[in-house]
Amino acid sequence: MRVKVALFATCLTDTFFPSTARAVVRLLERLGCSVEFPLDQTCCGQMHFNTGYRDHTKPLARKYTDVFKGYDFVVAPSGSCAGMVREIHPTLGESPPRTFELAEFLVDVLGVTDVGAWFPHRVTYHPTCHSLRMLGVGDKPMALLRAVKGLDLVELPDSTQCCGFGGTFAIKNAETSTAMLADKMRCVLDTGAEVLSAGDNSCLMHIGGGLSRLRAGVRPVHLAEILASTEEDPWRATP
Amino acid sequence: MARNPVTWLGSPTFPKAAHKALADTQLRQNLRKATGTIRARRAAAVIEMNDWEQLRVAGEQIKDDVLARLDTLLVQLEESVTARGGVVHWARDAAEANQIVLDLCREENANEVVKVKSMATAEIGLNEALEAGGVHAIETDLAELIVQLGDDRPSHILVPAIHRNRSEIREIFQRRMGVEVSDEPADLAEAARVYLRQKFLTTKVAVSGANFAVADTGSIVVLESEGNGRMCLTLPETLITVMGIEKLVPTWQDLEVFLQLLPRSSTAERMNPYTSVWTGVTPGDGPQKFHLVLIDNGRTATLEDSIGRQALRCIRCSACLNVCPVYERTGGQSYGSVYPGPIGAILTPQLVGDMHDPQAASLPYASSLCGACFEVCPVRIDIPSVLTHLRAEVVEAKGRTAESIAMAAAAWMFREASRYEKAQKAGALARFLARDGRITSLPWPGSKWTSSRDVPAPSAESFRSWWRKNRG
Repeated sequence: MRVKVALFATCLTDTFFPSTARAVVRLLERLGCSVEFPLDQTCCGQMHFNTGYRDHTKPLARKYTDVFKGYDFVVAPSGSCAGMVREIHPTLGESPPRTFELAEFLVDVLGVTDVGAWFPHRVTYHPTCHSLRMLGVGDKPMALLRAVKGLDLVELPDSTQCCGFGGTFAIKNAETSTAMLADKMRCVLDTGAEVLSAGDNSCLMHIGGGLSRLRAGVRPVHLAEILASTEEDPWRATP
Repeated sequence: MARNPVTWLGSPTFPKAAHKALADTQLRQNLRKATGTIRARRAAAVIEMNDWEQLRVAGEQIKDDVLARLDTLLVQLEESVTARGGVVHWARDAAEANQIVLDLCREENANEVVKVKSMATAEIGLNEALEAGGVHAIETDLAELIVQLGDDRPSHILVPAIHRNRSEIREIFQRRMGVEVSDEPADLAEAARVYLRQKFLTTKVAVSGANFAVADTGSIVVLESEGNGRMCLTLPETLITVMGIEKLVPTWQDLEVFLQLLPRSSTAERMNPYTSVWTGVTPGDGPQKFHLVLIDNGRTATLEDSIGRQALRCIRCSACLNVCPVYERTGGQSYGSVYPGPIGAILTPQLVGDMHDPQAASLPYASSLCGACFEVCPVRIDIPSVLTHLRAEVVEAKGRTAESIAMAAAAWMFREASRYEKAQKAGALARFLARDGRITSLPWPGSKWTSSRDVPAPSAESFRSWWRKNRG
C-alpha cells in the first residue's frame, strides 16, 4: 500500500527554495509514497510565536490543523517548522496531525537509510538546533548521508553549536548573530567541503548568506536535494 | 518602590552592551577558552552517570514541590532555625535586606565583614549598601576577590572573573595587594591566600549565601571549592546568611539529589571539595550568633506566573551559561545583571518585574532559542519556553510599534493562502534587486541582515505555482 503523505513545504522553502520542495516530492515518490500538497497551507506561525506574538500565532496554528487534518503523515523539509507544529501548537490548544521532519520520516516511518541517492561531492552537515533539541532527530540525517553513493561526508567541528540564525534574533541581535555565524563559517571552511547541508533552509539561508558574502565557494544544499539526486537525474544547481 | 538592584543602574539594552563586548577580542578569546573547557568537562562528568536524566527529573519535582508549598515550608524553616538558636529575618526587597544586615553589623560594632561567595547578596547590592553604611565587605572567593579588587563587575554565576585571564589577574593583584607575583595560577592563588588569611583570623562577622536550606531541620548548606567558605562559616563570632526564599528543600533526603546534580553541572566535579552544613548555633563550636535573612525581592511575584516560575527552580550551577552560544560571545556583563546568560535572560526580567524597563525587556530576546541551555539544566528549566513567554509580555507592554504593525500585517497575510500568494508574487519582484542570484543590501530593518549576510533572490516560480502547473 502506498503511504499517503501531505507535504508541508513551509513558507520559506515555498518562496525562496522551491527546488527543495520539488526534491522532497521526487524523493518520496521514488520511495513509493503518494504526495499531496494542500494548496491552502501557508505558515506554521513560528516567527510570530518566537518573537512574542502569541495571539497572531493562534489562527495560523488553527489553520495548519484544518489544512492537514485527515492526512496520516505530514512531512516538512524543516526541523524547525516541524518542531513548531509538534511542540508548540499543542500549547496553543491545537491537536495537529502527525508531522515529521524529513529525515525522521524516512528513517522512522519508511524505515530506510539508503534511499538510492548519488551525490559525488564533499559534504559537511550542520545539525540544526530544533532538529537536534526539539525533535531529537539525532544522527538520522548522518545515517542517510552515509548511504549516499559517491558522497564524501566530512564531520563539521562543533557541529551542535547554533549558527546564530534564530529567526528575528538575526535582526534584533544582528551583531551577536554575526559573531556566531563567523565561528560556524570557520568550522565549515575548515572541513574543506564544497557543499554544506542541513535539514533546514532557514539555517542554510543564514550560513549560506554569510558564505556568499565572503565568496567562500561553499554551496548550501538542503538534505532533501542530496537525497533526491540520482545518477539518472543528478542534482543541479538551480537558480 | 525602590529600583531592584538586580540590574546595574545605567546598563544599556542587551544589543548595545553586546556591541561593545563583541569588539573586545581579549574577552572573546578568554571566554571561548574558558567555556569550551568547562563544557567538555561537564559533559564528561555527566555521561558517566546512568541515572542523570532521572536525577534531573527528581530535581525538577523536588523544586516544584517546594515552590508549591513555599508558604508552609518557609514557616517550618523559621521554626527549625529559631529552635536551634538562630534568628530569622524577613526582607521584602533589597533595601530591607541590606538594612537588616547593616543593622546587625552595627550591633556587633563591625566595620569589616568577610564574605562567602553569594549570588543573593550580589543580587541585592549588599557590598555597596554596607560600604555606604561604613562597613567594608571583603570577598573571599578567589574569582569574587578578583572582581572586587579590579573594581569590576561579575560576568558569570560560578566564576565571576571568567572574563579575566591570568595576566590580567596578575596585574590586578600587583596593583591592589602591592605584591610581586607571577601569572602562574598557583602563585596567584598563594597571593590571595596570604592576603585573605589575616582577614579570616581577625574579622568578627561573616556574611554568606546558601545553596540549600533544609526546612525540617533548619540546616543551611553551602557548597564550595576553595575552603574560604569553610573559614568564613567557622571562624567569625557572628554569621549572617542571606538567602532567597526559593532555596529550600523539604528534608535532608532531598539534598541527596542536588548534591549530585550541582557539582557535576557547575564545576564538572563528582563532588565539590567543601560542603558546609550548619544548624542554628552549636555552643562552643563555630559562630555563636547566627542570623538568617530571607529575601523575596521579586520572587513572590515570579511565583504567580505559571510558566515563568520555573526559573525559581534554578540552583545557580551556571551550566546554561557555559553552553550558551550567545553568552560565549557577549560575555556576562552584557546582560547588565549579576544573573547573566540564559538563566539571567529569564530570571532578571522577572525579578525586575517591569517589562517597560527597556534593559530588562531586551533580555528575553538575547537568545537564538537554540535550546542548549534546557538540555543541560539540572532542574530541567525549559528556558526557551520561558523566553518566548516573556517575549509575549514584552510585546504586550510595548503596545503599538512598527514591529507590531508589520507582524499583524504578516499574520493577516498568512491567514489566507490567496493573500499569501499575492504577497509571494509581489515579493518575487525583489529578484530584480539581485545580482548573480543574491541581494547584498536591503533597507532597514533588512539592513540588519544584509550587514553581514546576502539574501537569496526569491524564486521567479514558487513551489506552489510549480505544483499547480505540473500537478494541480
